[in-house]
Amino acid sequence: MAKPIGMEVSLAVAEAVKLANTDVVAAYPITPQTHIVEHLSELVADGELDAAYIPVESEHSAMSSCIGSSAAGARTFTATSSQGLALMNEMIYIAPILRVPIVLAIANRALSAPINIWNDHSDIMSVRDAGWICLFAENGQEALDLTLISFRIAEDPKVSLPVSMNIDGFTLSHFIEPILIPEQAEVDKFLPPFKPNLQLDIKNPISIGLLGGPECYTESRKAADDVLWNSKPQITKAFDEFNKVFGRQYHVVETYRHEDAETIILLMGSIAETAMTAVDEMREAGQKVGVVRLRLWRPFPEEEVLAAVSKAKNLAVIDRHAVLGCSSGPVGLEVKSLLLNSNLKPNTSNYILGLGGRDVTRDDFKYIFEKAGSGQVQTRCEFVGVYE
Amino acid sequence: MTKPTIDALAKVGDLPLGFTAKPGSTMDFKTGDWRSVKPVLDKEKCIYCGFCYFYCPDGVYKDMGKDEKYYQADYDYCKGCGICAHECPKKAITMVLEEV
Repeated sequence: MAKPIGMEVSLAVAEAVKLANTDVVAAYPITPQTHIVEHLSELVADGELDAAYIPVESEHSAMSSCIGSSAAGARTFTATSSQGLALMNEMIYIAPILRVPIVLAIANRALSAPINIWNDHSDIMSVRDAGWICLFAENGQEALDLTLISFRIAEDPKVSLPVSMNIDGFTLSHFIEPILIPEQAEVDKFLPPFKPNLQLDIKNPISIGLLGGPECYTESRKAADDVLWNSKPQITKAFDEFNKVFGRQYHVVETYRHEDAETIILLMGSIAETAMTAVDEMREAGQKVGVVRLRLWRPFPEEEVLAAVSKAKNLAVIDRHAVLGCSSGPVGLEVKSLLLNSNLKPNTSNYILGLGGRDVTRDDFKYIFEKAGSGQVQTRCEFVGVYE
Repeated sequence: MTKPTIDALAKVGDLPLGFTAKPGSTMDFKTGDWRSVKPVLDKEKCIYCGFCYFYCPDGVYKDMGKDEKYYQADYDYCKGCGICAHECPKKAITMVLEEV
């Protein structure tokens, strides 16, 4: 059994990309993602990774290159953050319809304005509808593992979709954590070589990126929606296969002390660790609280979320992104809409916190647990800790 | 691969993976019905110079050969832009309103 070594999480993601024998990395540096692609360029320059490293002139070109290289049959990776993802937007919407497997690591960062380099989820939420599979990691080990798993899911012939692997910018990407680096032989066992469903080939030419008029645009979107919705069994299968090789079992939704919890906080990303610490402290004081964390955001894991919150009286849904002009953040909207069509009627409120790098503390979660625990329902989301 | 489906009402499950097409499949995509006016040639005036053939942006004109001595537009693909009529030195091509 390998011993964990202290490593910056960004570098661990880059190491996973190396272990995956990635063929093409096309990327443009942007804070706080830069360390991932910087380390990859070193690995390529040092001959440790036999890949084409394309230092493009913008993120729009990065994603364009990735679409082309994946269509040519190359295992493809890129990484970005915030404004970089915004600049990719046009290509982000194209990749899923073309069914090109690409793994995109996003070190989540706030979108401007005001200019802000720190962590929240506004970047990924700006492309939540694009048709990508979206995973959120909680810690460094999971970031490395999910990078490997993302390749497996994306390249699964039944899926053949791009996958975004989200890590919180700075608060996860720049932390040094104890991480188990897998052996190459184990990775090779888990991740077979990429066999594309669809490949640019001069002997059997095809056109990719066609016009689709009113007579078939609707059908093309429905086809993409079908394949994304139906990808969940392949995602859980990849988690199970990963467990068989590495002994770490992941689920699309994780729970912590939720079984008898009266009040549950539902969230995504690295702040779950803080929330779990708050739960432990409140449990010691006799309060029945628990945490539900989404690892999978798209496709939205409806059954698993309902099962996880089925016994809760009160539900607090956390968002790291404010949908301006709307009563809830994106996760809040999703959960409320799901509950509306179910038999479950917990008192549900939506809380926005941790925007633009604002610290999220145990006290924030204790405040939310207590407020939500009172059974009071707020129709409009609350900006926790806002000075006004 | 499924037949190119751009001009058909393809069902969701029939669309080719990744929304792709085989080379040459634009032939199946007949653009003639985009046209509101069509070029009609007066063979009496035609001097077989080939201007219509060379100027046509869609390459729809076919050389009918040395015996026939004129060029014929393929109405399956002609979009009715009128460039041929504009360029014809003998004004032998008239753009005629399509009857609906």
